[in-house]
Amino acid sequence: MALLEVSGLTIQFGGLRAVDDVTFHVDEGEIFAIIGPNGAGKTTVFNMLTGIYKPTAGEIKFQGRLINNMKAYEVTRLGVARTFQNIRLFGEMQVWENVVVGAHTRLRSGLFASVFKPPGTRREERAAREKAYEHLAFVGLQGWETQRARNLPYGAQRRLELARALAAEPKLILLDEPAAGMNAQETAELLELIRKLKERGITVILIEHDMKLVMGISERIVVLDHGRKIAEGTPEEVRRNEAVITAYLGAGANVGH
Amino acid sequence: MPVLDLVNEALREWINPYYYGIFLVMGINMILAMSLNLVTGFTGQLHLGHAGFMAIGAYTAGILATKGGAAFLPAVLAGGVAAAFFGFVVGLPTLRLRGDYLAIATLGFGEIVRIAILNLDITGGAFGLRGIPRLTNLPIVIIAVLLTYVILHSLIRSRVGRAFIAIREDEVAASAMGIETTRMKVTAFVLAAFFAGVAGGLYAFWFRFISPGSFGFLLSIEILSMVVLGGLGNLLGSVLGAGFITYLPELLRTSVPAVAQHRMVFYGALLVLAMIVRPNGLLGTSSEQGWLEMWLARRKAKHAARGPARLEAAAPGQDGADGRSGE
Repeated sequence: MALLEVSGLTIQFGGLRAVDDVTFHVDEGEIFAIIGPNGAGKTTVFNMLTGIYKPTAGEIKFQGRLINNMKAYEVTRLGVARTFQNIRLFGEMQVWENVVVGAHTRLRSGLFASVFKPPGTRREERAAREKAYEHLAFVGLQGWETQRARNLPYGAQRRLELARALAAEPKLILLDEPAAGMNAQETAELLELIRKLKERGITVILIEHDMKLVMGISERIVVLDHGRKIAEGTPEEVRRNEAVITAYLGAGANVGH
Repeated sequence: MPVLDLVNEALREWINPYYYGIFLVMGINMILAMSLNLVTGFTGQLHLGHAGFMAIGAYTAGILATKGGAAFLPAVLAGGVAAAFFGFVVGLPTLRLRGDYLAIATLGFGEIVRIAILNLDITGGAFGLRGIPRLTNLPIVIIAVLLTYVILHSLIRSRVGRAFIAIREDEVAASAMGIETTRMKVTAFVLAAFFAGVAGGLYAFWFRFISPGSFGFLLSIEILSMVVLGGLGNLLGSVLGAGFITYLPELLRTSVPAVAQHRMVFYGALLVLAMIVRPNGLLGTSSEQGWLEMWLARRKAKHAARGPARLEAAAPGQDGADGRSGE
């Protein structure tokens, strides 16, 4: 069954159609990838899926429910979590606090409870912190819990973003270039983590530049170029696709790096 | 209340009236600084109209006491509630703005309050509001400061408080975590307005006379200075900053005549000096270095590099090159 259905997704920024009539679906439990050259509109698609941008046209359905016009926090509440391409942690907060903020929609205490801390709230806080430590252990960050997030090394910051997204207990997790800037070993560990997410029953959509990496893990891939979908299919199908090859070589020649 | 009166009597015996007054104003400023810190330091929203909320609290309490015969506590609390109400009304549209725009909007709000008070009949206009009974005393202010501290301290270590800080750190990421950023910012703003209103009520019941001139833009800036000097996002820092900025002019006034005569020059210079030495505030904990610290570190590094270089200064031409590459 399709967990996420995207049809005719379009967004216009002034005269620029950053994403133009893109249609795809993601099945439950799948590892799905969106690839394409720089500026293809991949992150823009993520921003629309998570309610940060409102699409100009088209539909986004999550579990059969239309989420086009929902705000970011409403989408998160439904079970969609994400990481960011340019790491966006809460730098001055401790590592475990970052993860507990990720669980914001799963915790109940309101303003009154936050000030007066009745026993229920204290229990919730303790449980949330324990859960945060578990998520941190899952991504391999045990021992870092009380460090400030900004003091973590780069690779660890990327993993913290993942732990923070997991804390929202998502059904669908969107990873925006999770391997960017990682070395070969870190990338291998990350792939292992993504597979473990699938074992947990979480559906994964990832954006990646690195074709080699994507081919190894994704079950299906959609390829964007200049905001349009130019191909879709299994890694094997995409690899052989003429339009994809042209897009990558063409973009490389035009941009010059 | 009788216990408080007794404590107050004892304090009046013990502290001379001059210092009694300074401590009391210090306490009011601490409440103002802590509440502003909630908005600016913890939630990261630059707010330049805090004096406006204080004015609303002061006038509400003052009018209720003089024209309605209200008792002290209900009048002060009503001042807080009135300020909170205006905080909500003003916060809802303005907190969608960011950075500079929010600063301008809140600055405008503070001025609107002052000018409205100046032109209303019920407030006494430019003549001010007089005849408010003196019901604020030092023990009451101390209790108010402690309550403010305890409440805000507990709040920032909670789900809601973490949401505030997350918004300061990265608003886009915060909303992606499911935080309703506008609602949270308005919450912080309303709470801060409430405490500022209470501080205004305490102020009115102490000075017995309030006028629009007491709550101008400069007061908002002074409160902000207390917060920044103490350390943005540090509650105890605001207490310290408020104490420091309240007492400093008095200290200079009573010092040697040469300093006393030019006390505002020294006041400004000392604030500048304090911010150079502690760029993140007296109790600031940010890991960023100020330029003084960086300069000192660089000097130290240069000295360390030059030491051994001098010993090997057999070839003078090479020395200069080494020194440069060492930097």
